[in-house]
Amino acid sequence: MSELIQTLVTIGITMGAILGGCMYLILVERKISARMQDRIGPNRVGPWGLLQPVADAVKIFLKEDPSPAHVDKFLYRVAPMISVFTTLLAFAVVPFGPVGQAPSFMRFIIAPHIDVGIVFIFAITSLAVYGVILGGWASNNKYSMLGSLRASAQVVSYEIPLGMSVLGVALLAGTLNLEQILAQQAEGGIWKWNFWYQPLACLIFFTSAMAESNRLPFDLPECEQELVGGYHTEYGGLRFVMFFLGEYVHVVTVSFLISILFFGGWYFPWIATVDSAYPGEWLVKIGVLLSKVGAVIIFMMLIRWTIPRFRFDQLMGLAWKVLIPLSMANVVIVMTVLQFGWNRWWLLAASIGLFLMAGVMGVNAKRAEIRRRPRASRPAAWTT
Amino acid sequence: MPIAHKDVTWVEEPEFGFWEATFLPAIAAGLRTTIDHITLNRPVTQQYPEVKPELPLHYRGVHRLNRDEQGRVKCVACMLCATACPANCIAIEAAPAPPEWPDRDKFPATFVLDELRCIYCGMCEEACPVDAIELTHIYDLTATSREEMLFDREKLLEVYDETKNDPKDPVRTGRGRLGPASEFGTLPAVGPATAVEDKDRSADASSPGVIGKAPPDRYGV
Repeated sequence: MSELIQTLVTIGITMGAILGGCMYLILVERKISARMQDRIGPNRVGPWGLLQPVADAVKIFLKEDPSPAHVDKFLYRVAPMISVFTTLLAFAVVPFGPVGQAPSFMRFIIAPHIDVGIVFIFAITSLAVYGVILGGWASNNKYSMLGSLRASAQVVSYEIPLGMSVLGVALLAGTLNLEQILAQQAEGGIWKWNFWYQPLACLIFFTSAMAESNRLPFDLPECEQELVGGYHTEYGGLRFVMFFLGEYVHVVTVSFLISILFFGGWYFPWIATVDSAYPGEWLVKIGVLLSKVGAVIIFMMLIRWTIPRFRFDQLMGLAWKVLIPLSMANVVIVMTVLQFGWNRWWLLAASIGLFLMAGVMGVNAKRAEIRRRPRASRPAAWTT
Repeated sequence: MPIAHKDVTWVEEPEFGFWEATFLPAIAAGLRTTIDHITLNRPVTQQYPEVKPELPLHYRGVHRLNRDEQGRVKCVACMLCATACPANCIAIEAAPAPPEWPDRDKFPATFVLDELRCIYCGMCEEACPVDAIELTHIYDLTATSREEMLFDREKLLEVYDETKNDPKDPVRTGRGRLGPASEFGTLPAVGPATAVEDKDRSADASSPGVIGKAPPDRYGV
């Protein structure tokens, strides 16, 4: 019984924190993008626009909920729910604090002791694409359908490097349980962070995660110039917000994953270690984890407003020609190092080597493509 | 004239090197730009309702009908503005001018301008021979019904009274007299704007504005 109450309290706190956090992350993103574009951003509602999320939420809930006459009513309504439900569900196995040290009324993970944690997350988040596909299909609109087709192609392609890049970490840790992966890094200290052994996997994971959550520069499914609004063209009000929220929660989940898998979770030298014992240390540890997550999210926002959108064939080329071979090679290298019991620091060298090799191959391929490209010959008279 | 060879710059695609293939330096450079904008934030935003924008002098806003020095409407109801108007938003009813107005034949009995139809192109102002209609700097025009946006003669004259002393909306011609077009006695004889020499190509034109010899008569007339 107490277990049930604990779980319910944890779910309540987590959902509230995620949804409220997402609202304020949207405000942060609006502010950051405004500053990047030499604007001010929301500043009317409350001091510095701090009440803007509240105003937005009120507006959205009071909005009319129309559905076009030509849509499939059932799927049209279900699609955004699938989108937001699956992304929220994926958060169930993510530890958001020092799991052993939680206060008695809650836990720092909704579903503890799940040994297939990573697999669970990937299985559930890849279900989110059903929301997108069904939404686009049920809208009965060419732009929506093209957007959802793009989304499915993109998400299915980027699932592979996403999973493969984590495979290296899982092999190193010997487990798929996120709590244990975190605990191993925390016990080992800063030099046991998986980032040092798997920097390439971290880069691949970050890139594919951005593509998974349809963030710029990979937001082809909702590319305005070509597809109006993409798969959510026909959606408005609360239903659109559910899609939007689904994507944002995905971003949050992925940032948690990056912090936990590669950057040691709540561990930080001196202030938040396994041995640290001072009152309120769990609060500090949560703070450390959340600041890591926040840093990843801010970096994603920076990237979003820095890099222009890819072309669709470039996007697919990046996944199939670059990220998948690289992540496969990375897994092979990890297996080799583990099999022969070599020093793990070789993995860092191997990652850098792989990256350089990819660069060389990329430049050769590009030069070959430029050589084969049909081109106008320079008139002889113009050579002077 | 063909382009001289020395004026042609042959642009080659920049060399694609190792670092370009890895994307990372380009991303880092882009990040530096965006982060620079965040840290050295110089917003160009105007806080609109509190701070009004500084409009250029040639801004085209709400119309006004100018008055002459006796406070009468300058308009002579010649219909040139209504004819020039591409949006067809000016409706004028002309009436014979009162006998105590000896300087004109007609005056506008009604002058209704639909501010909602108007596209603010300023062609009425250009067409007006007596500089009676002018566009002001007023841009924040609101009403609760379409009827309120139909500005009649009195309303347009009110706009003139409101804006005539605003430095941004100077009356663009000397106040008082009607414009030069009303001075029939001194109007120049009708003639080409520029003299055409006999050896010029346009001298052979069949009609003004056409360059070249008149085409052979295709219809045998």
